[in-house]
Amino acid sequence: MTNIIKSILVSSAMLALVACSGQQSREPVAPTPTEEPTPAETTPVPEPTQPEVDELDVPGSLLSQRVIYFDFDKADIRPEFREVLRAHAQYIASHSSARVTLEGHADERGTREYNLGLGEQRGDNAAARLAAMGAGNGQVNVVSYGEERPVATCHDESCWSKNRRVEIIYTAR
Amino acid sequence: MAAYRSGSSPASRKSLNLAGPLLLSCLLLFAAITARAQLEIDIDQSVVAPLPVAIVPFQLSGDSLPEDTDVAAVIRADLARSGEFASMRLEDMIERPSRGSDINFATWRLLRTDDLLIGRITNNGNAYLVEVELYDVLTRQRLLGQRLTVLAGELRGAAHRISDLIYEKLLGIKGAFFTRIAYVAVTRSAADTRYALTVADADGYNPQTVVSSREPLLSPAWSPDSRMLAYVSFEQRRSIIYLQNIATGARRVLASFPGINGAPAFSPDGKRLALTLSRSGNPEIYIMDIGSGKLKQITHHWGIDTEAAFSKDGKTLYFTSDRGGRPNIYEVSLAGGRPKRLTFAGDYNARVSVASDGHHLALANGENNIYRIGVLDTESGAFLKLSGGKLDESPSFAPNGRMILYASNDGSRGVLRAVSVDGRVSQRLILADGEVREPAWSPFRSP
Repeated sequence: MTNIIKSILVSSAMLALVACSGQQSREPVAPTPTEEPTPAETTPVPEPTQPEVDELDVPGSLLSQRVIYFDFDKADIRPEFREVLRAHAQYIASHSSARVTLEGHADERGTREYNLGLGEQRGDNAAARLAAMGAGNGQVNVVSYGEERPVATCHDESCWSKNRRVEIIYTAR
Repeated sequence: MAAYRSGSSPASRKSLNLAGPLLLSCLLLFAAITARAQLEIDIDQSVVAPLPVAIVPFQLSGDSLPEDTDVAAVIRADLARSGEFASMRLEDMIERPSRGSDINFATWRLLRTDDLLIGRITNNGNAYLVEVELYDVLTRQRLLGQRLTVLAGELRGAAHRISDLIYEKLLGIKGAFFTRIAYVAVTRSAADTRYALTVADADGYNPQTVVSSREPLLSPAWSPDSRMLAYVSFEQRRSIIYLQNIATGARRVLASFPGINGAPAFSPDGKRLALTLSRSGNPEIYIMDIGSGKLKQITHHWGIDTEAAFSKDGKTLYFTSDRGGRPNIYEVSLAGGRPKRLTFAGDYNARVSVASDGHHLALANGENNIYRIGVLDTESGAFLKLSGGKLDESPSFAPNGRMILYASNDGSRGVLRAVSVDGRVSQRLILADGEVREPAWSPFRSP
């Protein structure tokens, strides 16, 4: 029962009480005429349904991190990226349809062909770590772009550090 | 322009052949219209005492020459670019002789020129007869006389051939003006990036796109007969080596193994190709017999071995290897034996280009984050830094061993620069509106 109807009933009841209290000095008070109560409109608001978020895309999760970075002229996996690689390895291991390409890159310093080799070393090291942590060999593929695909093009360490990377690219989930 | 995405299936080869002539004529038209706007050669430095020469404007008979083919002007520009000559200005030329009998040697002595070139061009229908004579002003001796018959499109080539004759006569070294260069031009727009492997005359004129792609192109290598280019293309989303006939545009895949396919380099006899493959698990140098495709592995080390170049006698390979920790140049005999390290300067040495004398190696040298071109003399062990850096790479010797073309960066974009092997001459080449990289100087050409 809506509030409006309730208030009308209460007011009517109170008026009735006053009207019937028997105080002769008072003139009987006719009840205030009220309109027919109009029901208020209600609108159903369903519980919001959660869209299906793939665990690969959960913002802030380890799996949502798809780039790992390297020191100059080095291909070693830095300790801060081990957990990211572990998370991806576990995902790949538990999804037999998953396919990943690891793209290896280098910064612009040095010669292009040598940098193709360096990019590949970085990709290979990441692939080895994924395999060691459970990913299947046939699921991971390494490609080196050397220095050919920089994400940042200035000529100092602020850009170079962004280009020394391996990108984890899911070609199938 | 064709973007070669589908590899070398017969269908795509056929469409390439049909598109080739049309593409070429469109490009020639484009190049003719825009060549001047794009082309700049800034000469930073010449030798301290260049030879004073006078190249007198040629006498023309018949119709006027096509635009861009003032033969005497092309010769003057060639000689200036060498850094070894100072050409007399036109306004200082009191006379304009075109025959030996017209030369007043005393006048030219007073004008302080050592050598004088005069010439005549006669138009004969489609062909042009170019006649030149070179005189020693002091002795009044005729040093050379030459007659060339060429078509209109070959007049610049005739000028370059004459420049080569003058260079060789006066300096005793074969000239390299009648040569070509290959390079990769990169243009970026909001939509995408375009890579164009381009072939041009050594002075940057007549650029023609040989390969056009949305994916990176690198490492162009000329065959010894100048007819073919081997190069690395990422059009299939990984590195693959192609071999392409420049005149016809026809090409085939040379190496498409798992992993890296890179750094192609021809042997001096043109029958073999050194290349880098990582199919065994890490980048190694191989030699491929081009006719049969048979491979022989040369290096066997877990490090990165790449950027091989043949010695002049074809019996030794120079290459980049980081087997000692950082990249350095090594040499290995193709008859077998352990590679021997050659470079010890700085902390990075890579990407050798071998000079025609067989014992000068141009390379990219890095020290404290500054990357320069240097030259190593393998006989004496002497190492000379030639360029200013900071991101210089991809050196390529001219076929006469005098100049080195290389990739540099002028702060905002990639440009090509050239420096002489003794460091006395240097210049910058602006060849395109976008960036330019990966230069390769052609071998000597036959006309």
